[in-house]
Amino acid sequence: MSESMHEQRRSSSQDEATEVEPPESTRAEELRDELDELLDEIDEVLETNAEEFVRSYVQKGGE
Amino acid sequence: MAIVKVCGLETEYGIVVRGVDSNPVTASSLLINSYLADLSSVGFDVESERPGADARGRELSWEPDPDVDSLLVNAMLTNGARYYVDHAHPEMSIPEVADAREAVVWDAAGDAIVRRSMELANRVLPDGAEVIIHRNNSDGKGNSYGCHENYLVDRGVPFGLVVRGITPHFVTRQVFAGAGKVGSERPGRTTDEVGYQITQRADFFEEPVGLETTVKRPIVNTRDEPHCDPERYRRLHVIVGDANMSEVATFLKVASTAIVLAMIEDDAMPANTELADPVADIRRVSHDPSLRATVEMADGRRVRAIEVQWELLAAATSWAQRHGFDAVGGEEVGALALREWEQVLTGLDTDPERVADVVDWVAKRRLVEAYAARHDLRPGSARLRAIDMQYHDLRPQRCLAARAGLRRITTDDEVRAAMTEPPGSTRAYFRGRCLSIFGDAVVAANWDSMVFDVGSGPLRRVPMNEPLRGTESMVGNVIDSSSSAGELLRRIAG
Repeated sequence: MSESMHEQRRSSSQDEATEVEPPESTRAEELRDELDELLDEIDEVLETNAEEFVRSYVQKGGE
Repeated sequence: MAIVKVCGLETEYGIVVRGVDSNPVTASSLLINSYLADLSSVGFDVESERPGADARGRELSWEPDPDVDSLLVNAMLTNGARYYVDHAHPEMSIPEVADAREAVVWDAAGDAIVRRSMELANRVLPDGAEVIIHRNNSDGKGNSYGCHENYLVDRGVPFGLVVRGITPHFVTRQVFAGAGKVGSERPGRTTDEVGYQITQRADFFEEPVGLETTVKRPIVNTRDEPHCDPERYRRLHVIVGDANMSEVATFLKVASTAIVLAMIEDDAMPANTELADPVADIRRVSHDPSLRATVEMADGRRVRAIEVQWELLAAATSWAQRHGFDAVGGEEVGALALREWEQVLTGLDTDPERVADVVDWVAKRRLVEAYAARHDLRPGSARLRAIDMQYHDLRPQRCLAARAGLRRITTDDEVRAAMTEPPGSTRAYFRGRCLSIFGDAVVAANWDSMVFDVGSGPLRRVPMNEPLRGTESMVGNVIDSSSSAGELLRRIAG
């Protein structure tokens, strides 16, 4: 998550917000763009054989 | 008056080795022994049982060794933590700490130690092979392993009162403490019915109260092993939680639980929060990420889990006004806990997306749903399960939680220090510093005692029955100014 989103979250939760909130549509667009970037990154870092990795992942019970 | 809620966390990690044949016990031993070997090479002492470490010159190996398998690695570290193989998992028990924020710092240090262990173990493995650790609680196939919490509780409070008071919190705190899971492992509940749920663990709980931890898991575990003065204290051993990737979620989970336990001791619990059927409720709440599912109170009311949390928070706020925060780490930590608690409930009640930087199940769901939409995937598909798993992957280059925008409350510097330094606030300080400075003289280090060999005479056992003695303010100077373990023991005895 980028700094800008952190900033937005923080200001929207403050009672005495001094910054002017961006209009809803701009914020929604920013959120969408940011999620798109994150999804691109997930495509890059997800295990190449993700399905096979999941299928073969077996743990013994613990505790 | 509530006693100080000394607390701790024990995390069992998922482990696989890719590229060579190995079994989880050997892999866990290799992981931990790699770290211990590196520590001693840079002059750190640990008190450890390291079977296979010196025999036949085969110190570090990924090959199954029956001797190693039967004697599990078990080490106390200079930060006061215990790092060991439990069943078929590596496990980290952080040192006892005095508040929830410290718990988060030493928990993060535990993860950092495990990450470092992965790097070191991979050097022993053949090219292309690697050990992979997940901080999760289930393999998606019905096998679960835990992230346990421990809280110091006054022995004088009847256990029945503890059970009655804490159960509603354990059933409903998941709304902010759940780590999220794609699919269901509940027999008879298919992924078509439960595409995504709030917790990793709710599918595995079958009893309201009990002694077991591996079968018929109970919401309140009755293991009575205080590791301190049994006349004065209990250690409430909590097995019902998920391992969180979010630091704030860990903080909230521990802080809210410590506060509720202190309220029970101070007889400040709200009336009528008891649940009619907690086992059914814990699953119903987990299986409904819309947060509309209701629980049935013993008095017949049906309310949403989050409403129970609002009642507990309101009671906690007035408890704090009357009693202060001394039992839960003081003003700063206590006030932070109430503030975060209120913010997370407000967010969940209005738009859960607002707390995607705090709540793991919300952060993970955001990734899962967006990824499913982009690639047109069915709920519960293998690639979505892969995203679930990789959210918990401790390899920095793979970890999705690290990319999800979670807010942190620790700094890199304090986490790095906590990898080798104990907290100053509990007896873990004495344990860790003695290992650090007089490690050669330490024969055994346990939670509630240490045994020294001072070179002459019999072995000397130092009991540590009081979790809040042996702190930095009590023994820091005397440890630092003693030139040997023998001198230290003479001075603390005098």
